[in-house]
Amino acid sequence: MKRRNFLSAFGALGAGVAVNTIAMPSAWAADPTNYKRLLVLIELKGANDGLNTLVPYADPAYAALRPTLQIKRDQVLPLSDRFALHPALEPLMPLWKSGEMAAIMGLGYPQPNLSHFRSIEIWDTGSKSNEYLSEGWLARAFDSVAPPKAFLADGVAIGGGDLGPMAHAKRALSIASTDAFLRQAKLADPHGRAYNRALQHILRLEGDAQFASQQLKPKTDWKTEFPTHNLGQQVKTAMQVVSASQGVAAVHISVGSFDTHSGQLGTQQSLLKQLAESVVAIKQASEELGRWRDTLAVTYCEFGRRARENASGGTDHGTANVQFAFGGSVKGGFKGEHPSLTQLAGDNNFIYTADYRNLYATILRDWWNLPTASVDSVLGARYASLGFV
Amino acid sequence: MQSLNRNQSSGLIRYILWVIAAIVAWALIIANVRAQSSDSQAMGFEEARHLLGRTSFAAQPAEIAAFAKLSREQAVDRLLSDVRRQASYPAPSWTQSYERVFRPEMTQQERQEAQRREQVVRGLELRAWWTAEMLSTASPFTEKMTLFWHNHFATSQAKVRVARAMYQQNALFRQYALGNFGALLREVSKDPAMLIYLDGVQNRKGMPNENFAREVMELFTLGEGNYSESDIKEVARAFTGWSVDADAGEFRFRRAQHDDGEKTIFGKSGRFNGDDVVTLLLKNNKTAEFITRKLWNEFVSPNVDENELQVLASVFRDGGYELKPVMRAMLLSKAFWAPTNRAVLVKSPAELVVGSLRQFRFEVEDPAPFAVIMRQLGQDLFGPPNVKGWPGGEAWLNTTTLLARKGFLNRLFRADEMGKPEVEGQSAALIDRDMLGERRQRAQARLAVVDIRGERRESAGRTSASSMTATGAMDSMSGARNTIGSTNQLKGQYHFDPARWFAQYPNQSEADMLWKTILAGPPVQVKELKYDLAGLRAIALDPMYQLK
Repeated sequence: MKRRNFLSAFGALGAGVAVNTIAMPSAWAADPTNYKRLLVLIELKGANDGLNTLVPYADPAYAALRPTLQIKRDQVLPLSDRFALHPALEPLMPLWKSGEMAAIMGLGYPQPNLSHFRSIEIWDTGSKSNEYLSEGWLARAFDSVAPPKAFLADGVAIGGGDLGPMAHAKRALSIASTDAFLRQAKLADPHGRAYNRALQHILRLEGDAQFASQQLKPKTDWKTEFPTHNLGQQVKTAMQVVSASQGVAAVHISVGSFDTHSGQLGTQQSLLKQLAESVVAIKQASEELGRWRDTLAVTYCEFGRRARENASGGTDHGTANVQFAFGGSVKGGFKGEHPSLTQLAGDNNFIYTADYRNLYATILRDWWNLPTASVDSVLGARYASLGFV
Repeated sequence: MQSLNRNQSSGLIRYILWVIAAIVAWALIIANVRAQSSDSQAMGFEEARHLLGRTSFAAQPAEIAAFAKLSREQAVDRLLSDVRRQASYPAPSWTQSYERVFRPEMTQQERQEAQRREQVVRGLELRAWWTAEMLSTASPFTEKMTLFWHNHFATSQAKVRVARAMYQQNALFRQYALGNFGALLREVSKDPAMLIYLDGVQNRKGMPNENFAREVMELFTLGEGNYSESDIKEVARAFTGWSVDADAGEFRFRRAQHDDGEKTIFGKSGRFNGDDVVTLLLKNNKTAEFITRKLWNEFVSPNVDENELQVLASVFRDGGYELKPVMRAMLLSKAFWAPTNRAVLVKSPAELVVGSLRQFRFEVEDPAPFAVIMRQLGQDLFGPPNVKGWPGGEAWLNTTTLLARKGFLNRLFRADEMGKPEVEGQSAALIDRDMLGERRQRAQARLAVVDIRGERRESAGRTSASSMTATGAMDSMSGARNTIGSTNQLKGQYHFDPARWFAQYPNQSEADMLWKTILAGPPVQVKELKYDLAGLRAIALDPMYQLK
């Protein structure tokens, strides 16, 4: 009798789904979303020069825009007859070839803001150019549909104290290193009677911190060799968090500074190399955990750089940019349209071909299976998927 | 008292104690009688503590005792009359004269160097200076209001990039801290830092920039929904030509860039300029309501009593936007004193950090690391996240910032316990020895935290540029968001003198007095109160310590 009632409650979904649900562990039963699929956000701080990352090497306009900064034809790593990768991204070629890497082109937004701090805030909060939101876009997503309570946290920002896209999330942590966090969390103490709202809030946070620290058991027997540079070590910390039996929905790591107003060639070469090595480490560590098919790593930054190089061997702040997605379930290849190299906006800037919120919509809807209504409310409007997962 | 009785050795002492007991009893009776008679009664300990907790950074026992004897009116009037218009801690020398930061003929490298100087070196000196002022001021209320205006007219050094302009704006906020809001608004519309921050300098006839126009209405005066998109366009036109003279570092009206045609704003037409717009904004009833609501959230409660708010807003409006009358009325309102509104506000990072240092009378040698800690806790002075300012309230606290707060508080006492005071009972250096390193030149600034009466005991010299650079990239070249390492980088030196501090509590059998002074309400977790460092640490780590 009881069982029949249970089944009928799921009637709308069809019997197959209901049976399936019963067979699943209870933590997932109530969770139609897919937060157990991990999102790794990689912020390229200071704004990476996309034009020299995904190089339109066959286009004569490219050489014209970059008389001294162009990556030479014999150095690029061709992906197609139009585009090639920067040579420092060589470690990523196996991922590209196996269809585990997508290049998402022309991301931007209307009325672009060229200030670093304002534009990254726009990206982090998922807002319009003239709109000020304080919650990060992931925080709003977690508000809309909460990740499972069993997770040690909804999301973790690795490195500094800045939660970026998880700002104001109810259960977001910032962890510089797992050791430091475990040490600090010893001060967390959720006991006591909260007789007003502010105290309730504090005691809940104390409980969250304590809970996360109890779940977190850093893995010590990695076979993956994490690169020794800062980003590589961030990847290691991130994977320590992910390796907990009940992990997180999202982690955020960052590398920079890509703000190459001068002397761009050497700086970008070195940073892209770190990026490539770190993505490879994410793949290896995820495979070690048996989770590569459930892992999606996505790069982002506040804007691209100016199409035309400046007089100092660098590039100034620009607009539209290319970003990359990696993962065992990624639909590899080129996504979207590359902005025109000849039809530029004022100040020699690219005209975006896809709103950056299409990227977020793809993650929320196609990766995490959030209901369309939630995705729309998180992003303030409906944005189409970009088809990379 | 008991121990004294045990040790008494003469009849004289017994006689004196008798007299004291009689006086105390008499005073209690009188206080009780007066408590039932009129509004001019003495506030008593708890109310004095509440008032000081909200209007200063930390309530000191002697201050509380002094205020406890006053009536609410007397106490509020004293706070208001103590308000200052200028900072007393010496400002960095570069604030005194202006030099153009970015000159057209500069090479890329020179520009980067200039930017580094403004953002990193001076940016940190500026933060250190304000922190020092908060630590040492005799009128904490003034600094809290200065901070209130900084948050209201939020402007970030990350975009302005001219440290002196940020300093001058800060001086403006202090000058008008409890002055006239209308005059302040007028000054802000011509403030160089604001003109840079909200792109006023790019607002020209024929190519208006609407940034300031939108925010002056949405965030500075009326609040969202009380103006139209067309009002924004017209207000932007009125402010065209409001610019900055980069050579003088001052406001300049560029007549050729001003659009002096007719505009229609709030349904009224005329050849309005920026000053006219300020006048129109002050005539709008929503302005007083908007500002009063924000003051209420800062000083009274997160929940607004709408009827009371209207009363206060009309005090503000009718008083020609003078701030003292409305603050006086607010601090004397029923809601302010209501027991349900005690301990309901979350301390800001500045309040927590400065408050702790003042409460326990730490001696601070270099204020810079404490400005860095505020940043790590989510409040970067001179660097609010955007023009909306810090959201504040419960948003100050998430797992990250709460753990960081507790880590900081724990360290304040833990290091002292674990460190080895050179002489028992004297100051012990409170530093993380691993992190001290050689990078930081020591003790350019010796800042003594105020004593009980709020007077600075000593203040010699000021922080020097060389000491600041070592702390690293306060703002990275790539933007303003890079954090400055972890809390582990607390490299400041500060001293705590337990003997002197505990001397404030001669009667330590009254264990309650400790939390009643330090906390805004009863502790949530601490059960046993002890007059030692472990006891202080326990109180500081209690959730109640986060509230005011």
